[in-house]
Amino acid sequence: MLAFVLRRLGQSAFVIVAMAALVFLSVYAIGNPIDILLAPDADQQERAAAIARLGLDRPLWQQFLTFLVNLAQGDLGKSFVFGSDAVSLILARLPATLELALVALVLAIVAGIPLGILAGLRSDGWIGRGVMTGSIVGFSLPNFWLGIMMILLFAVELKWLPAGGRGATGTFLGLQFSLLDPAGWPNLLMPALTLAIYKVSLVIRLAYAGTREAMLQDYVRFARAKGLSPARIIGVHVLKNILIPIVTVLGLELGSMIAFAVVTETVFAWPGVGKLLIDSIARLDRPVIVAYLIIVVGMFTLINLAVDILYSILDPRVRLADGGH
Amino acid sequence: MTAALQVSNLETHFFTRAGVVKAVDGVSFSIARGEVLGLVGESGSGKTLTALSILGLVDPPGKIVAGSIRLGDEELTGLSERSWRAIRGKRIAMIFQDPMMTLNPVLRIETQMIEAVLAHAVMSKDNARQRCREALARVGIPSPDERLTAYPHQFSGGMRQRVAIAIALLHSPDVLIADEPTTALDVTIQAQIVAEVQKLAAATGTAILWVTHDLAVVSGLSDRLAVMYAGRIVEEGPTTEVLARPAHPYTQGLLRSLPVNNQRGRRLNQIPGSTPSLLRLPPGCPFAPRCEARQEDCVSTRPPESQHGTERRLRCFHPLGEVSP
Repeated sequence: MLAFVLRRLGQSAFVIVAMAALVFLSVYAIGNPIDILLAPDADQQERAAAIARLGLDRPLWQQFLTFLVNLAQGDLGKSFVFGSDAVSLILARLPATLELALVALVLAIVAGIPLGILAGLRSDGWIGRGVMTGSIVGFSLPNFWLGIMMILLFAVELKWLPAGGRGATGTFLGLQFSLLDPAGWPNLLMPALTLAIYKVSLVIRLAYAGTREAMLQDYVRFARAKGLSPARIIGVHVLKNILIPIVTVLGLELGSMIAFAVVTETVFAWPGVGKLLIDSIARLDRPVIVAYLIIVVGMFTLINLAVDILYSILDPRVRLADGGH
Repeated sequence: MTAALQVSNLETHFFTRAGVVKAVDGVSFSIARGEVLGLVGESGSGKTLTALSILGLVDPPGKIVAGSIRLGDEELTGLSERSWRAIRGKRIAMIFQDPMMTLNPVLRIETQMIEAVLAHAVMSKDNARQRCREALARVGIPSPDERLTAYPHQFSGGMRQRVAIAIALLHSPDVLIADEPTTALDVTIQAQIVAEVQKLAAATGTAILWVTHDLAVVSGLSDRLAVMYAGRIVEEGPTTEVLARPAHPYTQGLLRSLPVNNQRGRRLNQIPGSTPSLLRLPPGCPFAPRCEARQEDCVSTRPPESQHGTERRLRCFHPLGEVSP
């Protein structure tokens, strides 16, 4: 187990370095940030000074080497635009995105699994058909449209929820979290719901398919022949079997929610990392882009690791083998 | 003495879009305490559905439409689901064909056994575990303490079937239904399992309904034999009598198609044709189209059941030879 975890972390370190090189070079290729950073009326002297300050006068390999050495020390450089540390810039915004994704994930699990199982058990009845039709709608609605419609309905028409913004937050370990302050919950609800709808539909479909398959298995029949109650059969025998694919997909989806919640964040003016990334790309703020992607890759790695460990808990036939194939 | 299980004129039909499938069409038999009845037939003859009907486990669109199932003095047809559940696993238990499939792959043996104990008995978890340990020891599983915490995939096929048998016999049921429990096993393991079941059932006076397509297995095991064809029992009698002097042409066909020693190189006899569709049974004897002794009345009229002596019953107009009592 420990060997497995260490090995996986080693692999991710390699992925991070490879990815860093790729991003570093491609952002370099896109254009010179100086053109964007300086005022159009800056003279040649100011220009040369800025280039020297940012280290852009050195050859590319030197820039990259400096970057790598700093990376090894955990220093991802300073933002060209804000002049502050890229990592702390991202960390200041990350909690907003993290809690958004987390709430959406919980919604997907809490709503998706029971609805999917119910639909699977009643697949011929109107409940099953209704839930499955609903999930298709949930799949098909574009995120931004759903967000705008929700703002129109709940914020503009009914005035139940605020239209956007972060709202009140509580502080934990120096980071800001809406979840810690109930006054911030209304602000969190709509963006989280918007982000969750697609995931809920996804989980419904997985739970539905899994339940239908599991109910036909001999172990369910044997469990019934033992005289077990339906609650026990579905809640233990079926649930544990269908969780395996759901955990896989949700692991991937959690990563993508954190990394690419941009659309939802934009619609609800949610100050998360997605917005920061888009701005940084527009201004060719190389340190921030690279730092962001490194953090995202690190996060994906950790989520995948967590999924693999969950696997071995859910399915005893899965071993956390060192060999790997 | 009342029989342990008395099934009379049982009819289980499936209401499909294509029409009504009479999977079990007037089946009657009884089993005394401690007796073993072999129920033999080809795939699709309705033997498994007869077994499932006795447990009340026929799923829609299937339904018991007529007949009676008496367990001791109690009538089971028409019971509520809750009352059925109190009987399943306690008074009637069942073991299934494929031990790879009947145990839930993601739950520990312990979990699956203890839940079976607690479904029908009020006791502490520790006492239940103790009972499971004894049950495993009784079916010949070495070091039951360790094995309890194992998962099904850590057992061989034969061991898994022993676990299933241990679970089925946890509550010393009045009736044990064995649905081809040895088909998926090696021949040597088959013999062990058969001997094991025989011994355990004899100890508790459990009546056994042994459902199989394998005449060789039941011949050494069952006291009486019932041969099923197209949803009906076509011949029934003491095993030795039926095997020595089959009266129904179908039984004779089955016996002839068994491979016998010292017949190398000779073609096996086979019954021509295949089982009829249960959706469109011919008006006469369902076996008539494949029968060598067929006459005109066979095609037009369905042969009623006739009693020969005290122990043999038959559905045939033209039995082979003199039917001995």
